[in-house]
Amino acid sequence: MLAVVTVAIVLQRHLFGVVVLTTIYSFLMASVLIVLDAVDVAMTEASVGAGISTVILLATLHLISTTEMRSFRTKVLPLVVAIGTGALLVWGTLALPPFGTADAIIHKHVGPRYLSDTIKETGVPNAVTSVLADYRGYDTLGETTVIFTAGIGVMLLLRGMRRRGRTEEGGDGQ
Amino acid sequence: MSLDLILRIGTKLILPFILLFALYVQFHGDYGPGGGFQAGVITSGVVVLLTITFGLEAAQRMAPQAVVQRMIPLGVLIYAGTGVAGLLLGKNFLDYSVLGHDAVHAHELGIFLVEAGVLVTVAGTMTAIFYAFVERGR
Amino acid sequence: MATLIDLAQHYNYIVTIFLMMAGLYIVIARGNMVKKLIGLSIFQTSVYLLYIEPGKIIGGTAPIIDPAFSVYSNPLPHVLILTAIVVGVATLALGLALVVRINEAYGTVEEEEIVEKDRDV
Repeated sequence: MLAVVTVAIVLQRHLFGVVVLTTIYSFLMASVLIVLDAVDVAMTEASVGAGISTVILLATLHLISTTEMRSFRTKVLPLVVAIGTGALLVWGTLALPPFGTADAIIHKHVGPRYLSDTIKETGVPNAVTSVLADYRGYDTLGETTVIFTAGIGVMLLLRGMRRRGRTEEGGDGQ
Repeated sequence: MSLDLILRIGTKLILPFILLFALYVQFHGDYGPGGGFQAGVITSGVVVLLTITFGLEAAQRMAPQAVVQRMIPLGVLIYAGTGVAGLLLGKNFLDYSVLGHDAVHAHELGIFLVEAGVLVTVAGTMTAIFYAFVERGR
Repeated sequence: MATLIDLAQHYNYIVTIFLMMAGLYIVIARGNMVKKLIGLSIFQTSVYLLYIEPGKIIGGTAPIIDPAFSVYSNPLPHVLILTAIVVGVATLALGLALVVRINEAYGTVEEEEIVEKDRDV
C-alpha cells in the first residue's frame, strides 16, 4: 500500500501529466491516512488535495505555458543533497519508538486526557472535532486567519491590476 | 453554451446533493469524520462544478463575487466573536462554558459556532481564489 | 541483525523519508516554478505522514468515542494536520498566483530564463 504511493511519486518525474499524477497521489495518500486511523484527515486530503488544488493547478496551467524546459543544470548535486538528508533522517528515526506501539511517549501526554474527557466536558464524541474547536481553539483561530490572509493575498495579486502587459514604463527597469 | 445536454442535466441533478453532503459533513462533524474545513472545501467544489459546466457568469449569478468576498472576513469574525463573547461574559478568551446554561451544552454550542465560522471562511476563500484564477484567464 | 529488525520496525518512517527526499529533489533540481511548488506539496504530505504515524496504535481505531471500542489512535496529530492541509492549499494557491504574475512580467516560469532576462536588463 505504501509502496504504491512511492511508485506514483517516482512516476511523477514525467512532464505535465504531473497534475493528474498529483491527484492520484492525493487519493492514495487519503487511503493511507484511513489505514492510519486518521479519517478526518483523510477526508480533508481527498477533498482538498484531489479536488481544489487540482483545479487551481489546472487553472494556473491554463494561464502559463504547459511544457517544461529541459534543464541543463547538473542533477548530481541535488541528488547527493537529497540522499544525504534522507540518510541522516533514517539514522535519526532509529531512536524513535517502533511503529504502532501503545506505550510510546506520544500516547502518554495530553492525548489520553482528550480521549477520556471529551464526552464529559464537551458532549462531542469525535475527539478530533472537540480538540480542534475547543481544547485547541487558539490554534484553529490562527489557521483560519492564515487562510483569510492567503485568500486576500491571492485576490490582491490576481484581481487588483488588469492585464496591462509591459506598457507600463519604469517599474522593474532598474 | 449549448454544450452537452446530459452533462448539464446531470450537473443540475447532482448539485443539490453535493450541497446537502457538505451540510451533512458540517453538522455531523461532532459524531463522525467531518467539520468546517471539509464542508467548506466541498461547498466551494459546488461552485467549481457550476463554473466548469455552465460558465463563469452562471456561477457568479448563484454565488456573487461580493458575497464571496464578504464571507472571508465574516467567518473569521464569527470565530473571534465567539471568543470575545466568552471574554465579555467573564471567562477567558475562547472559553465556551458561559455560553449556555450548563457547561456541556455551552461547549457544544461553542464548537458549533466555531465550526460555522471555519466553514464560512474556508468556503469563501476557496471560491474567491478559484474566481481570481478563472477571471485572470479570460 | 538487530539493526535490520530496527529498520523493519521503522519502515513507515523510511517510506516517509523517501517521499521527503523526492520532494526535496524536485525543489532543488527543477527550474520550473510550478514543478517546484508541486515538489513542495509532496514534501508537505510527507510531513503529514510523519505527524500521523506516531499517533497510530496497532489494533486501535479512529478517535471517535464509542462504547464498542477502547483503544483509539491519538487525536492530537490529526487536528494539527487537518488544519495544515487546508492552510497548505491556501499557500499553494498564493504561490501559484505569484507564478502567474511572474509569467506575465517575464513571459516564462523557468528559473534560468528569468535569471538570464534579469542579467540582460
